[in-house]
Amino acid sequence: MIQYDRTYDVIVVGAGHAGCEAALAAARMGCQTLLLTINLDAVALMSCNPAIGGLAKGHLVKEIDALGGEMGKNIDATGIQFRILNMRKGPAVRASRAQADKQQYRLRMKAVLEHQDRLDLKQGEVTSLRLDGGELRGVDTRAGVRYCGKTVVLTTGTFMRGLIHIGLTNYPGGRAGDLPSVGLSDQLRDAGFEVGRLKTGTPARLDGRTIDFDRLEPQHGDDPPVPFSFSTERILQPQVPCHIAYTNPRSHEIIRSGLDRSPLYSGVIEGVGPRYCPSIEDKVVRFPEKDRHQTFIEPEGRDTVEVYPSGLSTSLPIDIQWAFYRSIEGLERVEIMRPAYAIEYDYVDPIQLHATLETKKVRNLYHAGQINGTSGYEEAAGQGLMAGINAALKVQGKEPLVLGRDEAYIGVMIDDLVTLGSREPYRMFTSRAEYRLLLREDNADLRLREKGYAIGLLPEEEYRSFCRKREQIGEELERVRRARITTSTTDPAFLREFDLEGMQQALSLEQFLRRPDITYAELERVDEVARTLPAAVREQVEIQVKYRGYIDRQLEQVERARKLEGTRIPDAFDYASLSGLSTEVREKLQRFRPDTLGQASRIAGVTPAALTILSIALKGRG
Amino acid sequence: MYIRDTIAAISTAIGEGGIGIVRVSGADAAAVAERLFRKTNDGGLQSHRFYYGTIVDPSSGDCVDEVMVVLMRAPRSYTREDLLEIHCHGGYLVVQRVLELALLSGVRLAQPGEFTKRAFLNGRIDLVQAEAVIDVIRSRTDTALALAQHQREGKLSGRIFAVRDRIASALALVEAYIDFPEEDIDTAAGVAISDHIRSAAAEIDDLLCGFREGKLVREGVSVLILGKPNVGKSSLLNNLLREKRAIVTSQPGTTRDVIEEVVNMGGLPVRILDTAGIRNADDLVEQEGVRRALERIPGADLVLFVLDTSRPFSEEDASILAELRRSRVVVVRNKIDQPVGIETPAFPAEWQVVDVSTMTGTGMDRLRQTIRDTFLQGRAVDGREYATLSHHRHRDALVRCHASLDLFAANLAAALSPELLACDLRDALRFVGDVTGETTPDDILDRIFSAFCIGK
Repeated sequence: MIQYDRTYDVIVVGAGHAGCEAALAAARMGCQTLLLTINLDAVALMSCNPAIGGLAKGHLVKEIDALGGEMGKNIDATGIQFRILNMRKGPAVRASRAQADKQQYRLRMKAVLEHQDRLDLKQGEVTSLRLDGGELRGVDTRAGVRYCGKTVVLTTGTFMRGLIHIGLTNYPGGRAGDLPSVGLSDQLRDAGFEVGRLKTGTPARLDGRTIDFDRLEPQHGDDPPVPFSFSTERILQPQVPCHIAYTNPRSHEIIRSGLDRSPLYSGVIEGVGPRYCPSIEDKVVRFPEKDRHQTFIEPEGRDTVEVYPSGLSTSLPIDIQWAFYRSIEGLERVEIMRPAYAIEYDYVDPIQLHATLETKKVRNLYHAGQINGTSGYEEAAGQGLMAGINAALKVQGKEPLVLGRDEAYIGVMIDDLVTLGSREPYRMFTSRAEYRLLLREDNADLRLREKGYAIGLLPEEEYRSFCRKREQIGEELERVRRARITTSTTDPAFLREFDLEGMQQALSLEQFLRRPDITYAELERVDEVARTLPAAVREQVEIQVKYRGYIDRQLEQVERARKLEGTRIPDAFDYASLSGLSTEVREKLQRFRPDTLGQASRIAGVTPAALTILSIALKGRG
Repeated sequence: MYIRDTIAAISTAIGEGGIGIVRVSGADAAAVAERLFRKTNDGGLQSHRFYYGTIVDPSSGDCVDEVMVVLMRAPRSYTREDLLEIHCHGGYLVVQRVLELALLSGVRLAQPGEFTKRAFLNGRIDLVQAEAVIDVIRSRTDTALALAQHQREGKLSGRIFAVRDRIASALALVEAYIDFPEEDIDTAAGVAISDHIRSAAAEIDDLLCGFREGKLVREGVSVLILGKPNVGKSSLLNNLLREKRAIVTSQPGTTRDVIEEVVNMGGLPVRILDTAGIRNADDLVEQEGVRRALERIPGADLVLFVLDTSRPFSEEDASILAELRRSRVVVVRNKIDQPVGIETPAFPAEWQVVDVSTMTGTGMDRLRQTIRDTFLQGRAVDGREYATLSHHRHRDALVRCHASLDLFAANLAAALSPELLACDLRDALRFVGDVTGETTPDDILDRIFSAFCIGK
C-alpha cells in the first residue's frame, strides 16, 4: 500500500445518495473530507426509478433540506415533473414527488461536490478498513492507495458482494454496468459484525420510440410545480408527463410460464426482498385474483428515449421479459434497452449501531444507506446526512446530533433501524411515525432549521430568511387570536354567506379559520392583512389553527414519552442480574441492547411491567 | 408508563373487611375529593386531617357510603404527590363503587405497585427499600403473566384479540389509503372500515356486559326482601334457602335488624336480606327498624316486594311501593294458594311479577330463575371467563378503547381527513394494547402488504 500523505477528518466510501450527503455535510461543517467512489461517472446515480419523493420520502427530502442537505435543491434543479400527492387528504400526509432527469441529476450533484471547499472527490474501490489494534485509521483501495482518516462513513449501497440475476444467469456486479465491491464485507464479518444478505430488483428500461403513448393515459404534473427546497423560489424548467398502463391476464400467463426459471422461486436467490416493492412475478403469484397491475411509464430524462416502467421489476429470464413487456397494451412493439434484474448484496444489521449511526464495535466508523438494510434514495440520503454530521461533530469534539421520533422522520427511521434492526429492506412510511401530525412536510423548516444552523451546516442567509418566516408566523398567529370579525364592520353579504349574521359576540379570526369550510382565501375577502402575507406563512398558520386539537393531543403524548426517551441504559447493563424479568423479555433486551428506556419500550414483547422494573433498576444506579 | 397523570386503586386487601381504602395519587387528587366527597361543614380539606362525610355519585346525587377522608398534600405523602385516601365502611362492593367513581372523574387505574413506584421515583423511599419494591412488583407481575397466559388459552382473550384484530385491520385500510395514493387500492375499503369498527365496538359492548356479569359472579348480588308484616317474608327466605329453619326473630319490637343469608343460584351468589316487616308503626323502636329496612333499599341490587294476595292492597303496601321508584324490583305475590283478595295496582313495565305460594312451594323455581335472569340474562356462567374480565384494568382499557372508536365513527361521519381518523384508531389500539400488548407499526404494515398488492 502506498500511503497518501494527507489525513482526512472524514472519509466517505461510496458516492450514492447517502455518500453525497455525508461528504457535503462534513465538508460544509468545516471538515477535510474525502469522497471515494468506484465510478466517478455514477455519482448520485438513480439506479432504480428516476424519481425523488413520494409518501414519507418527500418528508425525508424536506427534512434533509431543512438541515442543510442537498437532495431537495438537486431535484428542484433537475426535476421534469412535480406533483404533490394526497392533496385532498390532510396536510400531514401530503407529500412531494418529482420525476428527475436521471443524467442531469447526477451531473448536477457531481458539480456541487466538485465545487465544495474542503472536499476531495476521487475514484477508488475500498477493499478494507485500516484497523490498528481495533482503532480505525483509514481505508485501503484496490489500486493500492492507503487513505488516512479520523472517521469513515461506509455507504456501500448494493455493491458489497453484489450479485446480479437475470433468470438463472447470474454474475457479480454492484449495479448493471458496474463492478461489485469485494473484500470489505468479509473484513467486516471478521471484525465481528453480523453481515446479512438482502435482495432488490429493478424493471427493464424500455425504448420510448417503440411505445404507443397515444393509447396510454397521460399523467401530468402540478401547475405550477411546487419545489422541494425551502430555499428554491420556483421551478423554471418545463414539465413532461408520465403514462399509465396495465398488465392483463395474458401478461400474467407469460409470467407464470417463466416461474420455473425464476431465481426467486427456484431458490437461487437467498437474500430477502422488500415486500412493498415486489417483483411482478411476486404480485402475480401472491395475488392471483387480480387480473391487472398498474404501471407508470416514467421518462428517464428529457434527452433520452429510455423510459422506466414502475412496478414491473422482475428477475425472470430475458425471453420471458421480451414477451411479458410486449403483452401490455400500448407496448406491443416495445424494445428493451436494458433488461430487468434482481441484485443480492451484503448488509450489516443496523442493530449494531448507535443512534448517531456510529458502529458499536468500531469507534469512528459510521454506516449509512443500504448497508443498514434500507431501501430508497431518500432513506439513504437522510442517513448519509446524519452520519456525515455526526462524524464531523465527533472530529470537532462536539455533542452528537440525534433527532427524536417527535422531531423528524429521519429520527423515526434511525431509531427504528438501531432499535429493531432490519430483516428486509426498510422503507419509510408515514404510518411508522406515531407523531405523524407533528412531522409534516410544511413545517420541516420549523422543526429542523435551527438545528442545522446550530451545527454549522445551514448557511447564514438561508437561516436569516427562515427566521423572518418564523417571526411572521408567530405574529400572524398572535394577530388572528386578537383580530375579530364583528357584525357592525363586516360586509353583510359576507356575513350572510358564512352564517355569521346572528352571532352574539365578535368572532376572532382564529375561530373563523378553525371552521372546516374556511381558508385564507375566504378570510382575505374581509381581512386586508391576510392579503399581504406570503403563501408559506398563511399555510402554516392555517394548519396550526385548524389542527390545534389533534396537534395538542400528540404533543401531550410526546411529553409523556419524553421521560422514557431521556432515560439512558448503560452500554454494559446486565439484564441477567435483574430479577423479575421473564426469560423472553430478558433475551430480547440482551439481543437488542436498547440505548434508552424509550427504545426498550418499542421492542415487541417488552411489557409495561418489564419497563417498570428496568426503570426502577436504572433509577437505583443513578 | 405515564409519570404525570393521577392514579387510583383500592389499597386494602380484596374481600370483606371492616374497612376498605381507596387511594388517589397525583395532581388531581384534591379535585377528585371535591367532586365526590361531601362533608357536614363547608370549606376545603386541610392537609393531613381526617374528615367525616359521604361519598356521593355526582351523576345521580346518590350517597354511596359514609366515609372518612384524608388529603395529604405533596410532598408530605407516601408518593410525594397529592394523595387522597378514602376510608369506606362498606364491604368490597362499596369500595369498588368508590373506585369506579374516582375513575369516572378522569383518573387512571394504577398499575400494580405503581404507588410504591412513584414513592421511589419521587425519592420517598431509599435503595434498600427499592429492592423490596422490585420483589413486590415481580410477584405481581408473575401473577399478571400467569393471568396473561391463562387468557391466551381462554375464550376471553380470543375475544379481546379479535377486537384488536378488527381495529388493526381498519387502521391498515386507513394507512394504506394514506401511504399508497398511487396504487389502485379497492375503493370498497370504506365499507370494510365501518364494518370492522362496528363489530369491534359491538364486541366490546358484549365484553363489558360480561364484565358486569363477571363482577356479579365473583362478588355476588344483594337481594332485599321487603313487605309489610305477615306477607310471608320469612317463609320466602326459608324457601329460597331451601331449608326449614327458624329465623331468629326476637321479641317483636325489640331487635328489628336485618337478617342476611347467602345462597347460590346457578353460579350466582345471592345475599338475601330479610328486613323487619314494614308497618306504619308508632312505636319508636319499631320505627327505627322500619327506617333501617328502608335505608337498605338503595344498596340492594334487587328488591323482592312481597304482597299477600289474600288481603287487599293497603296503604302500608302503597307506602313501601313509593320507596321503590328507583330500585330494580321483582313483585312477589305470595299466598296464591289462598282465595284472592287483592287488586294489585299497575307496576312499572320493567318489573317482573311472580306468583308464589311459600306454603306449597308453587312458583318458587320461577322466582329463583327470575332473580338469576335479572342479573345474568339467562346466560350460563363460565367462571374462568368472568373471572378474567372482572379486572378493572381490562374494563378501563376497553371503556377507553370504545370511547376512541366512538370518536372515530363520529369523525368518519364528519368526513375528517384520514390521518386524523388514524389518530383515533391508534388511540383505540393503544388502549386495547393495555390488555393484549402493543400493536407495532410493523403489524399494521404486515396487514397492508398481505391485503393489498403494493409496489412501484
